[in-house]
Amino acid sequence: MNVMAEVRAESLVSRAQRVAAVAAQHAEAVDREGRFPREAVDAMIAERLLGIQVPAVHGGEGATFSEIAELCSILSQACASSSMIFAMHHIKLSSLVEHGLESAWLTAFMQRVASEQLLLGSATTEGGIGGNLRNSICAIEIENGVCRLEKDATVISYGDYADAILITSRAHKDAAPSDQVMTVFLKDQYTLERTHVWDTLGMRGTCSDGFLFKGEAPAEQVFPKPFAEIAAQSMLAASHLLWSGVWYGIAADAVIKSQNFIRAAARKSPGQTPPGAIHLANIANQLQMVKSNIVAGLKTYEDAKRDEEKLSSMAFAVAMNNIKICSSEMILPIINGAMLICGIMGYKNGTPFSLGRNLRDAHSAQLMISNDRILGNTSSMLLVHRQDTSLLG
Amino acid sequence: MKDKIRDILSRLGKLPVAVDSLADDSDLYTAGLSSFASVQLMLGLEDGFDIEFPDNLLNRRSFASIDAIAATVEQIIATRKVA
Ligand SMILES: Cc1cc2nc3c(=O)[nH]c(=O)nc-3n(C[C@H](O)[C@H](O)[C@H](O)COP(=O)(O)OP(=O)(O)OC[C@H]3O[C@@H](n4cnc5c(N)ncnc54)[C@H](O)[C@@H]3O)c2cc1C
Repeated sequence: MNVMAEVRAESLVSRAQRVAAVAAQHAEAVDREGRFPREAVDAMIAERLLGIQVPAVHGGEGATFSEIAELCSILSQACASSSMIFAMHHIKLSSLVEHGLESAWLTAFMQRVASEQLLLGSATTEGGIGGNLRNSICAIEIENGVCRLEKDATVISYGDYADAILITSRAHKDAAPSDQVMTVFLKDQYTLERTHVWDTLGMRGTCSDGFLFKGEAPAEQVFPKPFAEIAAQSMLAASHLLWSGVWYGIAADAVIKSQNFIRAAARKSPGQTPPGAIHLANIANQLQMVKSNIVAGLKTYEDAKRDEEKLSSMAFAVAMNNIKICSSEMILPIINGAMLICGIMGYKNGTPFSLGRNLRDAHSAQLMISNDRILGNTSSMLLVHRQDTSLLG
Repeated sequence: MKDKIRDILSRLGKLPVAVDSLADDSDLYTAGLSSFASVQLMLGLEDGFDIEFPDNLLNRRSFASIDAIAATVEQIIATRKVA
């Protein structure tokens, strides 16, 4: 790392740590009330973290996925909902950064995201389609330079609080379900009529209500690139890597709590290894596996970046799917192990070792694009794609 | 070769439109080729032409149109002759 990059990485981390401190103060209330983490998001805006991914020439800081994933992990150790909001915003921003430069409007909008710290929301999920994001029922209508869209968007996180929503649809009324486009709609260009309330087990602060979305905007706000390519070349990777950063942070926080518990016990009875210590060794090992897997995934992405061939290859898609499956599944036994270590102190709310929120938040990971769906997709690719058996390749 | 490709495509591509209505350079993804059907199509091509697609050709572009498929298949057959 050169000196400039080191200074920048240092400062991104310390900025995120200040946001995490704010998020931690309100995390319990956000979870209990299922409310938007206003304070944490305001802190992200104050630290100017919403625009860091935008290239420096366009007013951002050119932060990489690896750097952003690290920030997701820092934030989710304090409040997973805040971190997930940060991750989802950056997943949407990645579509602008990687595919927006061919459009003057999208480039100018990306600059606005950096300068005005706009919060971006996402609407891929649709009634009747679920998490199969490469299919749409709704279709965008483009006429005389104006585009109109109505979508039964069953889950839009922080829909009420976003400054703009990036939304998928079929490319026109006769298009096949998989012939999709993505369009940016600004807050004053759409209405949201609430259809579902997000009262969930965990991730309660993401406020992922369902809405009937109705929007009208200039047609230049449609991405020129087909959504299929955006999804394959950056969005799926961004989702799996940044979500994994969030999930890793939830598990890492659980491991730290259980380690604190063990260390306190060890100090009370010197000379004796506390009974839960063996569990701690075990979950620390599992956490390292999750970490290695995500780090390898980030490296695979950074290496393939800007090489459309590689990014569109099956090898890449299989690798990214595997990252998601691994981190979303592994965090559950880790947090469960932490619960066994902390016992009642972990099970109770309001102790320094409480693990309820970690466990509830973590359970969303397997459903956020169902793992069954992802495994189904990988298994179909494995009919033709041959597994690379090299260790380092 | 393109007739054979069209035949395999109409059996396995599960397109919402008739394969006859597509030009050789029509975009198959726009025509509705899903990722699952594209894998079935690859398997059908491997079987039909007795070839195996190497990993570097397993990407969207190689199967984006009938022309692209023909070029991909020809490339594999040509390399096999050299080898
Ligand atoms: C915290 C959180 C925030 C979210 N935020 C957003 C957001 O901002 N915007 C947005 O658009 N979406 C969002 N989502 C939705 C998410 O992206 C998925 O679309 C959603 O979780 C899938 O919902 P589902 O389980 O009802 O649907 P489905 O994907 O239909 O899955 C339902 C069940 O059916 C089974 N199944 C269905 N199809 C298959 C298949 N082909 N193969 C195998 N099994 C199958 C699976 O077992 C699955 O459990 C969010 C989700 C979470 C948890």
